[in-house]
Amino acid sequence: MALTVYSLWHREIVRFLRDRSRVFSSVGQPILFWLLFAGALRRSEMPGGLSYGEYFFAGTLAMIVMFTAIFSTITVIEDRKEGFLQGVLVSPVPRAAIALGKISGTATLAVLHALLFLALAPLAGVPLGLDAFVAGLGVLVLMALALAGVGFSLAWVMDSSAGFHGVMMVFLMPMLLLSGAFFPAEGTHPVLGVLMAVNPLTYAVSLLRHALYAGTAATAELPSVALCLAVTLAFAFGTFALGTRIVLRRTARDAI
Amino acid sequence: MSNPTECAVHAEGVAHRYGDKEALAGVDFSVARGERRGFLGPNGSGKSTLFKLLATILPLRAGRVTVLGSDLAQDYAAVRRRIGVVFQSPALDRKLSVRENLVYGGHLQGMRGRSLDARVDEMLSIGNLADRARDVVGTLSGGLRRRVEIAKGLLHAPDLVLLDEPSTGLDPAARQDLWAFLRAQTGLTVLFTTHLMDEAEEADRLTILDGGKVVAEGAPDELRAGLGGEVLQIHCADAAALAPEVDALLGVRSQVLSGVVRVEHDHAHRLVAQVVDRFGERLQRVSVAPPSLEDVFIARTGHRLGEEI
Repeated sequence: MALTVYSLWHREIVRFLRDRSRVFSSVGQPILFWLLFAGALRRSEMPGGLSYGEYFFAGTLAMIVMFTAIFSTITVIEDRKEGFLQGVLVSPVPRAAIALGKISGTATLAVLHALLFLALAPLAGVPLGLDAFVAGLGVLVLMALALAGVGFSLAWVMDSSAGFHGVMMVFLMPMLLLSGAFFPAEGTHPVLGVLMAVNPLTYAVSLLRHALYAGTAATAELPSVALCLAVTLAFAFGTFALGTRIVLRRTARDAI
Repeated sequence: MSNPTECAVHAEGVAHRYGDKEALAGVDFSVARGERRGFLGPNGSGKSTLFKLLATILPLRAGRVTVLGSDLAQDYAAVRRRIGVVFQSPALDRKLSVRENLVYGGHLQGMRGRSLDARVDEMLSIGNLADRARDVVGTLSGGLRRRVEIAKGLLHAPDLVLLDEPSTGLDPAARQDLWAFLRAQTGLTVLFTTHLMDEAEEADRLTILDGGKVVAEGAPDELRAGLGGEVLQIHCADAAALAPEVDALLGVRSQVLSGVVRVEHDHAHRLVAQVVDRFGERLQRVSVAPPSLEDVFIARTGHRLGEEI
C-alpha cells in the first residue's frame, strides 16, 4: 500500500517536473488576475483597512490551489480510459491507494505552486513573518488536500473532459467566487451570504486570512479560527473519504 | 479440460449488458494451460467486453468464470496478481521514460528494489528495448509503445496474459516480432482478441464470436477443414442479378457478400470454365481458393468479418 501510494505520488511529481508549462497555467493566470484586480480596484477599501491587492492576496493563493487541483485531476479522465491508470485498475493494489496517491500528488503540486506566489508576499504589500508563513503553509496543505479530493472525485465519475469543464464552470468556479477569495460576505446580497456561509471553501480561505493577517483588524469579521479549522479539516478528510469511496466502486460503466 | 481448476480459464454462461444493449449473450469456453487462444470477431461481437470481464475491469454479473483456479467474481484480487494485461491503447504514461513506466508498473505489482531493477533490465533486453530505456514514451512509435506495454504486462511473470487487439498499429515486421516473442514464453497462457485473419492464425485454438455468442471453436486448421472443399468467388458489377443465374447453371446455393458471389463447393475449380463460358463479359474476376478463416466466419454467420453489425 505504502509503495503504491509513494509510486503514484512520485509519478505526479516527475510529470510536473517534465511539464513545467503547467506552472504557467496554474500560477500565471492567478497572478495575472491579482495584477488586474489589484490595479482596477485600488480605491476599494476592504475589511480591516486592507487595499484590494492585500485582500485578494489570500484569494489568489486559493485560486492557485484550485486551478492546480483542476488541471492535475482532469487528467484522471483520459488516464483511466486509455492511459496509465488502466493498468493500475487491473493490478492488485488497494483502490484506496489510488485515491491517496493521486490526491497527495496533486496537493503537493498545488502547495508548491502556491508557495511560488507566497514568496511574492512582500511585493504585494503583505508583510509575512515566519509564524505567518508556517501557519499559512499548513492551511494551504489542508486546502490543497480538500480541493484535490473534490477534483479527483469529480474526475473519476466523469466520462469526458468536456463534462469536467462544465462542472468546473457551474460548480468549482462559483465555489471559488463565493469563498471570500474575491470579496467578503459583509454587504453582499443575503442569498450570496447564505451560499458563502455553507461553502466549506469559505472557511479554508478565512483560515488562510487568519494565518496571514493574524492579530490585525483584517480578521475581525471572519468566522473564528476554531470553526474555520474544524470545517477545513472536515472538508479535507471528507473529500478524501469521498474519493476513496468512489474509486472502490467497480461499475459496469467503468469500461465504456 | 472439464475440470475448471485444471484449465487456465473456464467460463460458463458469461453474459453482459450495457443498459439495454446486450454485449455478451451466454458464452462458454475452456482454455488449457499454456494454450494460445484467440477470440476472433468483428466490432460489436462482444470480444472486447469479454476481455474487460477477464481483465477484471468490468464486474462479472452473469455466468461463472474460473481463472487459474480462482473464481473471477469472488476472488478477482487473486486473479489480478496472476494475470498480465496488455491494453489496446497502451496503459503507459507518455510523459515518462520507458524504464520509468516499467518501474512504476512493477511497484503496482508489489515489486521493488534490486530485484525489480534486474527484472526491468531483463524485460528491456527481451523486448529489444534496452537502447530505448531512457526515451520518453510519448516520442516512441506505436510499435515500440506496444512492445513497452507488453514488457510491462509480463514484468511480474504472470501465468496468463490477456492482450486486446495486440497487432493494432503494428507493421507486419513488428507483428511477427511480437508473436515470436509470445511463442517463446513457454508455459505462458495467452488469450487475445483480434479481428484480423492472419493474427488469428497465431492461436492454438480460436473462439469465433458474433453478436455476443460463440459461433465456432477449434484449431484454425480444424475450422477450415470443417468447411471442406474450395471457395469460388465471382467479382462482377451486378452480383445480386448474377447469383440466381449462377445457382441455376451450377446447381448450387451461392451467397452474395460485399458485391461478390460466393460458392462453396468440393471441387470449385472445375466450375470456373462453365462460369466464364456462360457469363464472359459480365465478369470482372473469378477466383478459387481453399477456405480461409474468413470463409469459416462467413459460413457460421452469413456475413463478412469486416462488416459492422
